[in-house]
Amino acid sequence: MTRHIERQIDGLKERILRVGTLVEEAISKAITALINRDVPLAQRVMTNDEEIDRMEVEVEEECLKILALYQPVAADLRFVVAVLKINNDLERMGDLAKNIAKRVAQLKGQEIELPPEIRSMAMQAQEMVKQCLDAVVRGDPVLARQVREEDDGVDDGRQRIQRRVMAGIKADPDNAEGLLRINSVSKHIERIADMATNIAEDVIYMVEGDIVRHRSEAI
Amino acid sequence: MQAATDAKPQTAAAEAPPPDRLLAVAGGFEVESEVHASVLAERPVLEVDRFNLWYADKQALHRITMPIPQGKVTALVGPSGCGKSTLLRSVNRLNDLVQNVRITGDMRLNGDSIYDPRMDVIDLRKRMGMVFQKPNPFPMSIYENVVYALRIDGEGNRGVLDEVCEISLRGAALWDEVKDRLQDSAIGLSGGQQQRLCIARAIAAEPEVLLLDEPCSALDPIATGKVEDLIQELRGRYSVLMVTHNMQQASRTSDYTAFMYLGRLIEYGATTDIFTKPVLRETEAYVTGRFG
Repeated sequence: MTRHIERQIDGLKERILRVGTLVEEAISKAITALINRDVPLAQRVMTNDEEIDRMEVEVEEECLKILALYQPVAADLRFVVAVLKINNDLERMGDLAKNIAKRVAQLKGQEIELPPEIRSMAMQAQEMVKQCLDAVVRGDPVLARQVREEDDGVDDGRQRIQRRVMAGIKADPDNAEGLLRINSVSKHIERIADMATNIAEDVIYMVEGDIVRHRSEAI
Repeated sequence: MQAATDAKPQTAAAEAPPPDRLLAVAGGFEVESEVHASVLAERPVLEVDRFNLWYADKQALHRITMPIPQGKVTALVGPSGCGKSTLLRSVNRLNDLVQNVRITGDMRLNGDSIYDPRMDVIDLRKRMGMVFQKPNPFPMSIYENVVYALRIDGEGNRGVLDEVCEISLRGAALWDEVKDRLQDSAIGLSGGQQQRLCIARAIAAEPEVLLLDEPCSALDPIATGKVEDLIQELRGRYSVLMVTHNMQQASRTSDYTAFMYLGRLIEYGATTDIFTKPVLRETEAYVTGRFG
């Protein structure tokens, strides 16, 4: 039997990886812009998000086309369904990077130190994004499970920043606006890590056929 | 036909079989069937028990053991020559009519041994209905086609015959199309109607199992859709065992799917599992069209 569907699936894989690469770049640039207070870089992140949005639609159309024309089953079906979901999460991650970039402009001119946890949290989240994309490429459920576990570290960082922000506002209410922006940046970073976790869970489904979402599995 | 009682031992080669079950089978090794717990949890209407079949020297079925669930639709899939039609035709002993066929093992219909020498084959076949690839209406009226089984059993009561005719045609989703011309020749019906007539004729005898051998392969897409709808409606009331080449037909119409390869049962489970997450890589390769 000719395997037209294999070509389609390979093409889809390439596309979703291109989206992944763009999103990874957007996050990395948004974080760099944040740390260096680099407003022009942040501006570019916001502009580039349009490209991500456009590609997200293309990937979705491609998935629908494959479902309609080839009626994939088993591994092929799981792949297409996983890509549909991963695609969605990547687009959301792109939006979050854009939101971080927006905060960079808003923080400009404000004399607020970034809490040290932001950097470590951002690094952890970026590592998770990189790993979940690697897991997609390699269809690697072991790596995917590792990403799931790392999410707790990012959540802890977020809580520490939240406490620090609250204490900061109490100590110096004049700084409240800036501190709240930092708080929202940390929330965006945490959400990025959550999305990476979702993607990791989709990889596990794609490879093993098990839906592990909502389960604190120790499989 | 000769009924052999000695199970022929497999001549296994000295080296270990390859890990891929399909390669192993192709190399002459025997493999375990992967039968899901979901199948075993069902009440079987038909049990195939360590069934082997040879056409002369060539073994066509290798130690097939599979229960067919009551009231469910079970599809047999696999590449050409995998033995699915042979297995289906063994259920009502149609292979008795083939020269040089030899079998070992048994099948049981609701507990009764099908290959027991005391089993009356005519009685056995009355307990099963069979529908073939090409519709084969008898050259008589639509009405007489449907009540044929009752007629040959000596049923002459017009009221009974009328009732069975209507119930069966309704059951086969054909009643509304033919109720005004029951005395017309069945040969004048379209292919899809003829096939549904054959199904009506089969269910008129209230069979314990309905055997369908690629029932849609000679039909156009519209007629295929109607027969597939019908198969789904038969579920619950009848136990259906169906051979199909069409993977999507198996996935659309059946509750359980058995994947066969070179005369072996490879994997057998709920259709949703077979088509979304089969246990074996080999089954996955087949259902996704990577081979076969």
